[in-house]
Amino acid sequence: MTTYETKFGSLDYYEKGGIEVIDDDPKHYAFSNVFEVANASAPWEKVAVGKNMEYVLEVIRAEGTSEWRTCAHDEFPLVLDGEVTIELVKLDIPLVAADKHGSVSLGGEPIGKAMGRIVLRRGHQALLPANAAYRMSADTASVVLLQTIHGDDTIERWAEICLS
Amino acid sequence: MTVTDVSATAPNAQGYRGFKLGGFHFSRDEFFVHLSWPTGKHVISADTFLKALQRDVAWDFFYGTVNFDHVFGTVNHYGTVDMFAGRFNDAYRKAELDHSENFDTLLIRETFKEMLDDWTNASFDPFASPTETGKPFGVKNGSNTAAVTRRRVAANRMVGVPGDEQIRTDATHPINRMFADVPQDDPDIHAEPGFEGEVAAYNLFAYLSRSDVTWNPSVVSVCKASLYCPTTEEYILPVVHGNDRVEWFVQLSDEIVWEVHDRDTGAPRSKVTMKAGDVAAMPGDIRHQGYSSKRSMLLVWENASPGLPELISTGQVSVYPVDF
Repeated sequence: MTTYETKFGSLDYYEKGGIEVIDDDPKHYAFSNVFEVANASAPWEKVAVGKNMEYVLEVIRAEGTSEWRTCAHDEFPLVLDGEVTIELVKLDIPLVAADKHGSVSLGGEPIGKAMGRIVLRRGHQALLPANAAYRMSADTASVVLLQTIHGDDTIERWAEICLS
Repeated sequence: MTVTDVSATAPNAQGYRGFKLGGFHFSRDEFFVHLSWPTGKHVISADTFLKALQRDVAWDFFYGTVNFDHVFGTVNHYGTVDMFAGRFNDAYRKAELDHSENFDTLLIRETFKEMLDDWTNASFDPFASPTETGKPFGVKNGSNTAAVTRRRVAANRMVGVPGDEQIRTDATHPINRMFADVPQDDPDIHAEPGFEGEVAAYNLFAYLSRSDVTWNPSVVSVCKASLYCPTTEEYILPVVHGNDRVEWFVQLSDEIVWEVHDRDTGAPRSKVTMKAGDVAAMPGDIRHQGYSSKRSMLLVWENASPGLPELISTGQVSVYPVDF
């Protein structure tokens, strides 16, 4: 029986594909690699690797402990390398307007009731509920892909991360 | 709508019914599907046609254009659907042999569903990898209604959240042979009393390793109109998808090669090779078809905003993902 090897990437090892242009501009594909982006990022930077109108996919290099953040809408982190712990707190009073896009920093400790804790490893996806406060931590450098909406702290550096 | 609204003939000598929709006629024999329209006719392998038809039905005509091959396909207008022959083929258009008709979605949906059910034999599953199903050929031999009417997974918030789509288990979804090495561990979830419904996580890679279909994006998480639609890919995408909006891909595992052509003319534009961790956009003016030698995990990321196609078609939004 044939044995198959499923290939995932990591911060330590990944292979990057590419674009064979026939009659086009490679910039039209905004081609990047999440591990390459995370390798070049500071911890907890939120670097957009996908953008569709107001929506973004952010790569976050998880390393150490993040600040507490909150968001008016649901967000969804997917761990692509390493292990990340998420703490959740139900805020006594929501801190952001209902129409605010993206997460914001609390600038301190959350005031509210502890909701729980989740430990994610590679391939695990979690829910960051709207109006909860959350904080992530990782003992070693890890990679999170966050499904969210473009916010004040979203970083766009397309020319640096994309094939051209 | 009732079944009598679908125009169909009695079974032919091979046991298959014929179908008519507007000026288009469809019939099948042991090997081929035969199409005709007022300005021409066409033949497609039953294998190719059924796999494309399955996806067009399951995706409710998807976003934009679903090309069954270089001649025939559909364009979704989200309430009505164009069915065309030669419309996105330069030679057909120059020869003025192209033809297109617009139908109410309900009518074309019901016609396609009946056609798919009648023409799919018991041993064939159009969603399965070619190595995991029987052949579609031969005279009519039963049906596979359960396979062709699979419910499309569409989470409201996220897979695994109480009351939403649930994770896959051995009982219903064994691990695919090509994903036998994918870890099946669960996240560690510690919910305080009262918050069990909101402290939620699951293993997406394990979930995908248990998918029983190929090239069939299903929704696993929803951030307003931002939809995560991961899918497992093996062999060739059975349709050539023409974009009416920018669509993003994140290659989660292994490798896919995308052939990218101009949406309207079919002229080649690029080949995009994506490996694990790569992210790329498909612009809003192209058509694409993927090739995956080993079963792979692909995250298709869609913006389902209803006004987006009009914003793009009227030039208010670029067909390209970002400007840099």
